[in-house]
Amino acid sequence: MAINWFKYSSPASFYPLAGRLTPWFFAAAALFVIAGLYISFFVAPTDAQQGEAYRIIFIHVPAAWMSMFIYVVMAMWAGIGLAFNTRLSSMVASALAPTGALMTFIALWTGSLWGKPMWGTWWVWDARLTSELILLFLYFGFMSLQAAIDDPRRADKAGAVIALVGVVNVPIIYFSVKWWNTLHQGASVSLTRSPTMAKTMLLGMLVMALAFWMYSIAVTLMRVRAIMLEREHNSDWVKALEERHP
Amino acid sequence: MNWASAADFFAMGGYGVYVWGSFGVTAACFALEIIVLRARQRAALRASESGSREP
Repeated sequence: MAINWFKYSSPASFYPLAGRLTPWFFAAAALFVIAGLYISFFVAPTDAQQGEAYRIIFIHVPAAWMSMFIYVVMAMWAGIGLAFNTRLSSMVASALAPTGALMTFIALWTGSLWGKPMWGTWWVWDARLTSELILLFLYFGFMSLQAAIDDPRRADKAGAVIALVGVVNVPIIYFSVKWWNTLHQGASVSLTRSPTMAKTMLLGMLVMALAFWMYSIAVTLMRVRAIMLEREHNSDWVKALEERHP
Repeated sequence: MNWASAADFFAMGGYGVYVWGSFGVTAACFALEIIVLRARQRAALRASESGSREP
């Protein structure tokens, strides 16, 4: 069966679709969280060097991955919106930003709580930590720039420029542990060498990453629905919505 | 099984503050984000209704 994907590029048809999909993504997130937490606390063994403190990895690494991944996806949609003047793409970019910023905050927060017992400090100005902090400021810059411009389409264009320029920071974060001498440990997962951690630890991290992924999609769909209503409240499709007349 | 008792579980080998501080704040952030989004959706629906009454 051929699906006409372009049908869903208009807010009028994407709005109900996003509403139908949201609960499924929340359900998937809940299942992965339950499985992930069970592995994190009851299956994965105690670390020989770090004791139980290492268990922070099960949210720290997924949050850090999502913070970078969401930024790239956000920049991609913002760029598509800029290039093809498709308003839904830009709305998706705007909807991703707060969740990306939240993931960045969680990565920094949990990293700080992990750094204190292991390194003896909450924070150091090294390459990995500093570039992740810059990522947080890029999200804030994108959101405040869009909030400062009244005309939504102009806000989309200005936001797209900052989002696309900021993409250079993502590989800098990722490779910072290789390029510079840093207190932060190297990549947890690599495609080129075999895993250095226990299989159950790796599994817990991957399941939690899936949970964060499903959660991010669910909340982004929620937010893009609200943005569609806010921006297009005078359009016919919003006036025709049945949920407005309960 | 990693834990001898519930107290053992919550102590996290002496790192309880750091481990639960991480998991707890993350859970609180996600819960708050969902609450904020639900409120935003309701407000957007309400605003669209009042807006449509204008000429």
